[in-house]
Amino acid sequence: MDAFLQLSLAPILIGVLSAIACALPGNFLILRRQALIGDAISHVVLPGIVVAFLATGVIAALPMLVGAAGAALVAVVLIETIKRVGRIEPGAAMGVVFTAMFAGGVLLLEQTDTSAVHLDVEHALMGNLESLIWFDAAGWGSLVDPAALAGLPPELPRIAVVAAVIALLTFVFWRPLKLSTFDEGFAATVGVPTRTIGLALVAASAVAAVAAFDAVGSIIVIAMFICPPAAARLMTNRLEAQVGWSIVFATVSAILGYVFAGYGPLWFGAQNAVSAAGMIAAVSGAILAVACVAAPHRRRIGAAQGQG
Amino acid sequence: MPDAILSALLFQAGYNAALVAIGSALLGIAAGAGGTFLFLRKRALISDAVAHATLPGIGLAFIAMVALGGDGRNLVGLLAGSAVSAAVGLLLVDWIVRHTRLAEDVAIGAVLSVFFGLGIVLLTVIQTMSSGRQAGLEGFLLGSTAGMLRQDALVIAVGGALALAVLVLLRRPMTLVAFDPGYAAARGVRVQAVDLAMMGLVLAVTVIGLKVVGLILIVAMLIIPPVTARLWSERTDTVVAVAGLLGGLAGYLGAAISASAPNLPTGPIIVLVSFSLFCFSLLMAPSRGVLAAAVRHRRFQRRVHRRQGLLALARNEPILDPLTLKVLRREGLIRPDKVATDAGRARAAKALRDERRWEVARRMHQDEGTSGRYDGLTSIETVLTPDEIAAIDAEIGAPRLADQGAS
Repeated sequence: MDAFLQLSLAPILIGVLSAIACALPGNFLILRRQALIGDAISHVVLPGIVVAFLATGVIAALPMLVGAAGAALVAVVLIETIKRVGRIEPGAAMGVVFTAMFAGGVLLLEQTDTSAVHLDVEHALMGNLESLIWFDAAGWGSLVDPAALAGLPPELPRIAVVAAVIALLTFVFWRPLKLSTFDEGFAATVGVPTRTIGLALVAASAVAAVAAFDAVGSIIVIAMFICPPAAARLMTNRLEAQVGWSIVFATVSAILGYVFAGYGPLWFGAQNAVSAAGMIAAVSGAILAVACVAAPHRRRIGAAQGQG
Repeated sequence: MPDAILSALLFQAGYNAALVAIGSALLGIAAGAGGTFLFLRKRALISDAVAHATLPGIGLAFIAMVALGGDGRNLVGLLAGSAVSAAVGLLLVDWIVRHTRLAEDVAIGAVLSVFFGLGIVLLTVIQTMSSGRQAGLEGFLLGSTAGMLRQDALVIAVGGALALAVLVLLRRPMTLVAFDPGYAAARGVRVQAVDLAMMGLVLAVTVIGLKVVGLILIVAMLIIPPVTARLWSERTDTVVAVAGLLGGLAGYLGAAISASAPNLPTGPIIVLVSFSLFCFSLLMAPSRGVLAAAVRHRRFQRRVHRRQGLLALARNEPILDPLTLKVLRREGLIRPDKVATDAGRARAAKALRDERRWEVARRMHQDEGTSGRYDGLTSIETVLTPDEIAAIDAEIGAPRLADQGAS
């Protein structure tokens, strides 16, 4: 049991919290046809983090967050400019910006000597969930022992705070969010600042992406923004229920994914664990696949019955 | 370093570097031209799903080839595997959009992330295999031309040329479908088949580009050149040709620059060259460019100020706005002491008279066609015939003394 506490408790908690922090804004993003914003943000974060590292010379949470947020802001401004000035459709404008910024990040990374610190492209993609271990755990008593708790990986309190803030924001701004997502025109006429709400949603997604990115890599970020909310969308017609389902799916994906990655290979007689980040994404995909063929509200309203 | 770039540009940096440069250029042309149809069909980001969906195929192909006792690094085998899994990803996107209520962007994002996650799982499996330590499959993430074999470069060059040939053959039906699928269907074009061919082309470009650019950045070669070309032209043929040209240029320059020094990965360099071309175009392009928009805005601003200034002169009102004064003074319509010159008085009288003519014209023609064009800036001569203006003048009466010099 000590082994579980030391090796698995922190990664599982971090995985679950990251998944929930991303899935919450993801619910609104998929309803607003902005699902790929999560994809774009997770690419754009890389140059921001590299620049922050170059500027400060250390891998620390605050500069990385600032750098990533700055990069996300630059990306949003660039996308808007290209859309307006060049009259280019949003998807293509997004494609131009996030690939170029990601390429810039990779180039910067290759040009700088980051061998002393844990910063490379593969780490950015896959995260290092498995390495977030809690050395100081000596038994269940450690959970209430302040000295042992201080030894928790710093990613855990960070992602916990971000997840809590996002949950709180979602709860507080529930009505304006819901209104502006479903009927922007009506929301504007009753005085909801729809543009601000839209920007705030993207900003919250960026914060969730950056905090999760640090711990679990960008694959989970993209997968958690889309798969649990999409599966939840097929389960129900009510937004409240959809958000609830998405949290359940995100949690299940994170736990099952971690367990399969860590212990799955052992069941097949193999020695080494596989990537937990990749497995979590795969499990969320499996949940979505099941929802696509069996969920109660999977079809479009008005679509012919008995097909597919 | 400039010498190194120059020698790479002139194919002096060795046979392999030259092959890579030619291969990248061909790939760039095929990607730019092929991506144009995807972009015009407004499905540019589907290429992102295709690209990420190649990863599990690469992993499975490696495992299968090793299990069969072969060399896991055979490029043709790996590319075949990646093509199969990319096709599965593409079909899944299509299936999700057609059979569930989820929108296309959700389907793209879901397939992209899940396939990529599966691919990463397979990569970690391969890393633990005894033959997998040196597999170098990570090179497919961001592309690596450094250790490329001659045979690999040939595969890329031939593949790029083939994709280009298919593109030339299918450009008419693909244009038709991109702009008006309904009309295309009515003309007897099989829209689904053409769409399939379009996606097949994208898939081919993606698979061929994996080794050079890597699967994360290959979408840039399919999206950036078409968007750039779109800024320069409104005609499909031109956009396709320019996109191909820009893509080829970016591929060639990028490969050459990357070969000239260490630590310059090919994929990101090609993308950044492409993006620089885009930035230049966004600034300079006619009609859609930033500069053109600025010039247009200034011209419009000046017209508005000129008209307001002239009307103020005609009505003997004081002009206070500094920009109005500047515009009038620069065109010699007022003197520095703000008194109208002869030319200024004449133009002012004409402006006032045209304003009255418009008033009558809008009363006479209450249809949108004429009165709708009154915005204060359209000159009445461009809307009405001389006879009609004469009829209006008859109603207003002859120019009074103050209007002398008008018309």
